[in-house]
Amino acid sequence: MTKNKEKLTIIIAGCIIGVISSLLVFFGNPANMGFCIACFLRDIAGGVGLHRAAAVQYIRPEIIGLVLGSFAVALAKKEFSAKGGSSPITRFMLGFFVMIGCLMFLGCPFRMILRMAGGDLNALFGLAGFVAGILAGVFFLNKGYSLKRTYKLPSSDGVMLPVIMGSLLVLLAIAPAFIFFTEADGGPGAKHAAIAISLAAGLIVGAIAQRTRLCMVGGIRDMVLFRESKLLLGFIAVFAGALVCNLILTAATAGTYFNLGMAGQPVAHTDGLWNFLGMFLTGFGCILLGGCPLRQLVLSGEGNADSAITVLGLIVGAAFCHNFGLASSAEGPTENGKIAVIIGIVFVTVIACMNTFKKEK
Amino acid sequence: MSLIDARGLSCPEPVILLRKAMASKEARYEMLVDNHAAKENTSRYAKSQGYEVTVTETNGEYKLVFKK
Repeated sequence: MTKNKEKLTIIIAGCIIGVISSLLVFFGNPANMGFCIACFLRDIAGGVGLHRAAAVQYIRPEIIGLVLGSFAVALAKKEFSAKGGSSPITRFMLGFFVMIGCLMFLGCPFRMILRMAGGDLNALFGLAGFVAGILAGVFFLNKGYSLKRTYKLPSSDGVMLPVIMGSLLVLLAIAPAFIFFTEADGGPGAKHAAIAISLAAGLIVGAIAQRTRLCMVGGIRDMVLFRESKLLLGFIAVFAGALVCNLILTAATAGTYFNLGMAGQPVAHTDGLWNFLGMFLTGFGCILLGGCPLRQLVLSGEGNADSAITVLGLIVGAAFCHNFGLASSAEGPTENGKIAVIIGIVFVTVIACMNTFKKEK
Repeated sequence: MSLIDARGLSCPEPVILLRKAMASKEARYEMLVDNHAAKENTSRYAKSQGYEVTVTETNGEYKLVFKK
């Protein structure tokens, strides 16, 4: 593929993903949350009872679709390859702390874009922190940071997360009594598009993200490292697609999908410092992981067991966030959450140093 | 001629290794990678540095040759 065609492809792909994200809100998802990998993994953690925050419990079909969409395309394109073994427990812990950063800010990098596209100016503090975190990560990459090589694994290891996702879909469809669902009007967990719409959206976005390698940290990272704009164009296109669709929906329907300002934004708080620090932790951790939470889901669909471990780290991180009062709310961050984010930044920095400056034997 | 073994490494590490190697400005480099993203990203970087790229695949691994 020529360079220009590649760029045009990712711009179109990003726009489609942005529009789908906006439409998911129209079909019932929480505002500015067509997609949020962090929030949706947190809802799944609640759905299976890993935490008991009644407002955020639902098995989100978008997540299932993202993994299975990537899985299907990777199989079809013969890109499915089971591999792993690159510092798995370190990746688990990085995923854990990335989630703590995301739930301080109230959104993953994907939702950060969608919040900006919905007019939420608090997300700009998040963006500034995200960029700073990426720059910190790039500093270590340039110094030789690596979590070392992956190795081939049995196919059964590579299909593990897709199988888990398929199982979650069965649980969602059957809805047995032991699965937790937020009650109607009980919080963000109760707001969702119809299962078929959410699943289809996830499958489409998963397939597109697999083909284009779309990654929310990769864009800024590659621009800084190599002056390579491909992924950054995708990042901007998601924003543009969602923004335009939000404006059209606001004009054409009774709902409000774009509300410029800081106060009263949906599922967001106005504490600029902690929005910055939450996304600083997220950006830094994602660089050390090699990709944003969306990219981790897509890679786990391609058979990458390291990414699957990272996704499990994200889920467990989400459970801890709600079991120990670390997640922010519309009222703002919690004291526990602030402490956890600082611990996370220290942890991520130590991991970066240990895997950059450690002498090879 | 340099051979860069980036098998098992995921992006952006293969591109960083290639960038460091290419600082020596040799006319030819060879590289081994084992995933599509690494193949695409290293090829794109080499082209941006004025190299021609040829790729051969064997058992899921890619050998890339960059020539000026």
